[in-house]
Amino acid sequence: MDNLTMVGLVSIITAGFTMAIGGMMPSIAEGRAVVRALESIAQQPDASPTITRTLFIGLAMIETSLIYCFVIAMILIFANPFWNHFTAL
Amino acid sequence: MRLSPDQYILWEFGFIKINLTIASTWILMVILVAGAWLVTRKINSDLNRSRWQNMLEMIVLFIRDQIRDIGLKKPDKYMGFIGTLFLFIAFSSLLALIPWYEAPTASLSTTTALALSVFISVPFFGIVESGLKNYLQTLAQPNILMLPLNIIGEISRTISLAFRLFGNMMSGGMIASILISIAPFFFPILMDALGLLTGMLQAYIFAILATVYIAAGIQNEERKKGPSISNGVIDSRHE
Repeated sequence: MDNLTMVGLVSIITAGFTMAIGGMMPSIAEGRAVVRALESIAQQPDASPTITRTLFIGLAMIETSLIYCFVIAMILIFANPFWNHFTAL
Repeated sequence: MRLSPDQYILWEFGFIKINLTIASTWILMVILVAGAWLVTRKINSDLNRSRWQNMLEMIVLFIRDQIRDIGLKKPDKYMGFIGTLFLFIAFSSLLALIPWYEAPTASLSTTTALALSVFISVPFFGIVESGLKNYLQTLAQPNILMLPLNIIGEISRTISLAFRLFGNMMSGGMIASILISIAPFFFPILMDALGLLTGMLQAYIFAILATVYIAAGIQNEERKKGPSISNGVIDSRHE
């Protein structure tokens, strides 16, 4: 198996694994955050705007690491520097 | 497959390249400024105001209340910067309804520029508000040994702002273009709707995070004054 095939193979497999493994923990964390937010809104409905706003900020922070994984997967598949380097030879 | 609107070059002359990102950013700026000027030409405060002025008032009051809720006491000073951030990012994802338009925030250059402007604005507002010494003391909270960690924290917050916005916007466009090749008509419409929702949400998140960072940089004033116990509570029997 020459270098070109190896680069393509490892890139695709790594991109799949990145999204699969990197998508597990942020989803669990977001689910738990929403559960707590719903419970606290049910306990104190008039603090609901503050709780909703803080929930959304927290969700955006949790989602950041998921977005990093997604960006790496996209770069590996579509803008792979090693692939471009080897096919330019 | 095109990863960002940077790679679609509209016009070239020597080393000057006008790509789709620059063109759509300028179109967005022209729409925002011209729309605002047209609406506020005949601004009045009686009951017979135009509906556009009403809409602008709702937007401005909403932004001002959000800024005040985060903890900045005089929101009018920061409303120019934070309101511009929110409106620019919100409009750039809203105009995705127009065909052959790609959001300029789907390219890393635009989001990095916005994040850098937030990075510069935090010390700027901190120094304007509470002086150079107080701002440097916020960097040294709670202990002077935390100074390198706080500086690294500032830089990483900027990078995460840029990447969060870029990743959300790019994923919307990428998923739509992948789905077009699979299911030509129905699915891309759903994904466009979802992209609109996440675009608005990310605009709000970007503006709110910028407000939180600015508020954290100003915080030293309140920390120095400390909690205040009013005498009326303790000595109420003497009254």
